[in-house]
Amino acid sequence: MSDIGNILKLLSPLNSSDVLLKSYTELMYIREVETLIASNYAKQQFRCPVHLSVGQEAVAVGVSSNLRLNDKVVSTHRSHAHYLAKGGSLFRMFAELMGSPSGCCGGRGGSMHLFDDEVGFMASIPIVGSSTPIASGLAYAEKMLGAGHIAISFVGDAILETGVFYETMNLAAVKNLPLLIVIEDNGYSTYADKSVRVPKTREIEKLVHGIGLNFLSGNGDDVTEVAQISNIAIREVRKNVPYVLQFETFRRYEHCGPNIDDSLGYRTESELDSYAQRDPLEVLKQKVFASQCSSNEELSSVDSLISKYVAGIYEEAVRNCEISISALRQGSSA
Amino acid sequence: MKMTYIEAIKLAFDHSLAQDEKVMLFGLGVGDVGGVFGTTLGLQDKYGADRVFDIPLSENAITGMALGLSIQGFRPIMVHQRSDFSFTSAEQIINQIAKTEYMSNDRYKVPIVIRMIVGRGWGQGPTHAQAPHALFSHVPGLNVVAPASPSDGYQLLRAAVNTDSPVIFIEHRWLHQTTEEFVPNDAVPNIASSKIVRSGNAATLVSLSYGVLECLKIADVFDFFGISLEVINLRSIKPWDQETILASAGRTKKVAIWDIGHKEFGVTAEISHVIQNALFGNLLAPVERFGLPSEPTPSSPFLAIAHYENLDRALLQLNSSFDFKINPGLLISMREKLHPHRSIFQDQPDVGEVGPF
Repeated sequence: MSDIGNILKLLSPLNSSDVLLKSYTELMYIREVETLIASNYAKQQFRCPVHLSVGQEAVAVGVSSNLRLNDKVVSTHRSHAHYLAKGGSLFRMFAELMGSPSGCCGGRGGSMHLFDDEVGFMASIPIVGSSTPIASGLAYAEKMLGAGHIAISFVGDAILETGVFYETMNLAAVKNLPLLIVIEDNGYSTYADKSVRVPKTREIEKLVHGIGLNFLSGNGDDVTEVAQISNIAIREVRKNVPYVLQFETFRRYEHCGPNIDDSLGYRTESELDSYAQRDPLEVLKQKVFASQCSSNEELSSVDSLISKYVAGIYEEAVRNCEISISALRQGSSA
Repeated sequence: MKMTYIEAIKLAFDHSLAQDEKVMLFGLGVGDVGGVFGTTLGLQDKYGADRVFDIPLSENAITGMALGLSIQGFRPIMVHQRSDFSFTSAEQIINQIAKTEYMSNDRYKVPIVIRMIVGRGWGQGPTHAQAPHALFSHVPGLNVVAPASPSDGYQLLRAAVNTDSPVIFIEHRWLHQTTEEFVPNDAVPNIASSKIVRSGNAATLVSLSYGVLECLKIADVFDFFGISLEVINLRSIKPWDQETILASAGRTKKVAIWDIGHKEFGVTAEISHVIQNALFGNLLAPVERFGLPSEPTPSSPFLAIAHYENLDRALLQLNSSFDFKINPGLLISMREKLHPHRSIFQDQPDVGEVGPF
């Protein structure tokens, strides 16, 4: 069973079949993993660049709530949330970040190349633009195989500045591929905001429609909205009607690394101030309370259960890595 | 049966598509009336437009699509009418396809063939005549093969399609009208094996693709003077058959390597290093090499004379370096007798099609 499946099972005394609580659990699980990586990064156990997903979890969770095990996902350099939301093994992810042979890539790829094909999470491709063509091939394969599975390419907004994105949209349109492209629009390409990257008047919707694909957009801070919009699209994609979705979201941490980089000043004060309110966990909490499906205490117990679960896997990964380290020490002293 | 190189490639496609329904064939011109110099004609009708098709002119995206197909169990063959066009998809080839098996900790197989044609001659010029086998061989994770004859083309293409790793298939345009008698069958050879195409003892000539034909002509000329050269067709560039070549070099103690690509940082440099490293002290002469200079290929037939290696220059150089002591004038007149050039410019193959093409 996947880690998220394990957690939901542990929560079963609570009303974990409730959609809102399930979403909350998944969001919190990913948040916990990411903040654990950030707060332990200085220990030098995670020995590779990390692009954390904090702030952007709702897109991964909302879209993935409509996916089947055999749907094929491709992600980018910022892959943790997508990997975890699809059910990727947390142990193998931690191990990969530590460079351990037990990692999902055997230590060959690191954070930017996470994959777990057993749950249909096929690849993370950290060259911006290159992932979507590969997803188009997965989609072509699914169309040929005819089992009704689809391919999903999670991308950032900078993909709109790459040429191959237009090649791929055209290809998906001309071949009627079961391909869903999900743009997580966090507004920044590393430090560069959109003013230096795209004309102010450009509308993505018109671009996508112009090339012959369907388009929907929504609030990426709201996991319920993401789930609803992606559900509409995915039902069409399963009929070989390709879609592009765009969700506005925000990246809470620096582009790459474990730190908050507010002090650099490339994001305005008012923008930074909005993040607390926009936090997908907060947005969802308000809905949970409004629906009265769970109490604050219940959510706290979910938090602490997730925290324990993630910490347990982390310790397992650390122990596993220490075995490799001591083998290395013995080898070098021999 | 006797067939041209074009017919052999088409037959290899046909047999591969028939053997495994996961084999797919696509690229610019596949499925159109030209059928990539006739090599794909009729195959779309036979195997359907889902498996055999022409593409939007988006090589980078299509190459990525091939990768996605391959990790799902399909065996795509991507075709470029000129090798130069493949560089638009260098990102997918070098950053993605070459690394996917490795990055997946060997969980994924990547059975992709990328066939690309080297378009020498008739003014093809700087961006339509490149032979990029050394460039791709430099990238870990790619296999690179370059056939030299119809049987080679058939067998290496079948072997490439059956390989679970990516294969770059380099095809020289000047082979297209060559003919050969052979029996095409399902017995696919080891893709990494070279072939001694002519036995000899006075020196070893190692070459690939169209260069093998040039080396055979050189061997013909020297043979007339009682000097027998061994000619080895590399067939596979990466990996290459060190065993066969070192054994031959150890016997003849004189080696020349003829490449269809640039000399600097190329196939000749790599092979001569390995030979000289293994046989230092046993060789009777430094390894000679022939190939292209470090300049782009000119369009002009006048300029191309100096750019490409030519038989007479090579004959004279080998005669001198390997101390064969043949009268240079006799050597050249024998070449003119045995292998006359069709054109003073040498911008067309001496057999087959004469251009324009």
